Amino acid sequence: MDWIIHVSQLLYLVAAILFMMGIKRLGSPSTARKGNQLASLGMLLGVIVTLFDRQIVQFELILAGVVIGSLIGAVLAKKVQMTAMPELVAVFNGFGGGASALVAWGEFSRGMAMAGEMAGQVSGQMAVQGVPAVFGVQELASIGLSIAIGSITFTGSLIAFGKLKGILPGGRVALPGQNIINLVLTAGVLGLIGWFVMDPTNSTVFWVIFGVTLLIGLMTVLPIGGADMPVVISLLNSYSGIAASMAGFVWETIYSLSVGRSLAQRG
Amino acid sequence: MEAFIFNLFIFVLAAYIGLELISKVPPTLHTPLMSGANAISGITLVGALVIAGSTGSVWAQWIGFAAIVFATINVVGGFMVTDRMLEMFKKKED
Repeated sequence: MDWIIHVSQLLYLVAAILFMMGIKRLGSPSTARKGNQLASLGMLLGVIVTLFDRQIVQFELILAGVVIGSLIGAVLAKKVQMTAMPELVAVFNGFGGGASALVAWGEFSRGMAMAGEMAGQVSGQMAVQGVPAVFGVQELASIGLSIAIGSITFTGSLIAFGKLKGILPGGRVALPGQNIINLVLTAGVLGLIGWFVMDPTNSTVFWVIFGVTLLIGLMTVLPIGGADMPVVISLLNSYSGIAASMAGFVWETIYSLSVGRSLAQRG
Repeated sequence: MEAFIFNLFIFVLAAYIGLELISKVPPTLHTPLMSGANAISGITLVGALVIAGSTGSVWAQWIGFAAIVFATINVVGGFMVTDRMLEMFKKKED
């Protein structure tokens, strides 16, 4: 009966195959352009399939967001000087990482609202009671990691952009003992993510994770010289991919939960 | 938990495929490949669409909206700039 869900899952698989074929073709000069087109086709397919999702009931914000984002992206991509392409890739990458952090945050808010609703239905108690029904340890850890890695990618990429563009000094900009400070902050964030997993309703911990990771992105890229930026961008590029996967872990859970709930409600 | 393990399988296998796919790429294609792969990482857009379009939490919808703007900048800009880079390559060869 719910064949739409199965069809859309299969179409997502097609999109994933298009991505893989696209990347494969990007690896050889004669097929590279086709490869990029195949990958963008996969993305279009993924978006269209998602728009048919029954969880999506209002399209105003989606339309506005897609129009604004596409315009900004298209204008930047068309206007950029050929020599300025590396820094533009850095900017795009930063926005991608930022988007994954936002998706994780959005899923968290959505899940918490769901938890409150569930708890309300059961006993009328506070949202805390409903949390375990929505988020397990893995999901909370994925949310924390996605927000952390996404935020680091966001500010790190913007600094890389500034250095390549010449807005920021290309040389080393660092506090004394910068490496130690960065290490301590990173260890601190891991600890905070652990805390967040134990106590997801503590919003202070949540915001501190956001703030500190934005800072880590700044402070890890600032000391690196401008000539090394391509390597930094490449690394941040893989970070944004990891942040997207982590957001995917969470998304899948909330998604199946709410699909299950809507099916149960109709049943 | 089951879903998590299943996703973990996909994550690990996809990482392996990624590694295999890019292991023998000529250096001239490194930048467009990075740029194209970066555009693909904007697939997080799919998650943003569902968040912005679902009801339940107004707060989440606006976060989703911001995520859509960020992700489409990455996706649209990323694919277009990659195409421009590759176009440039072709002209050079001719």
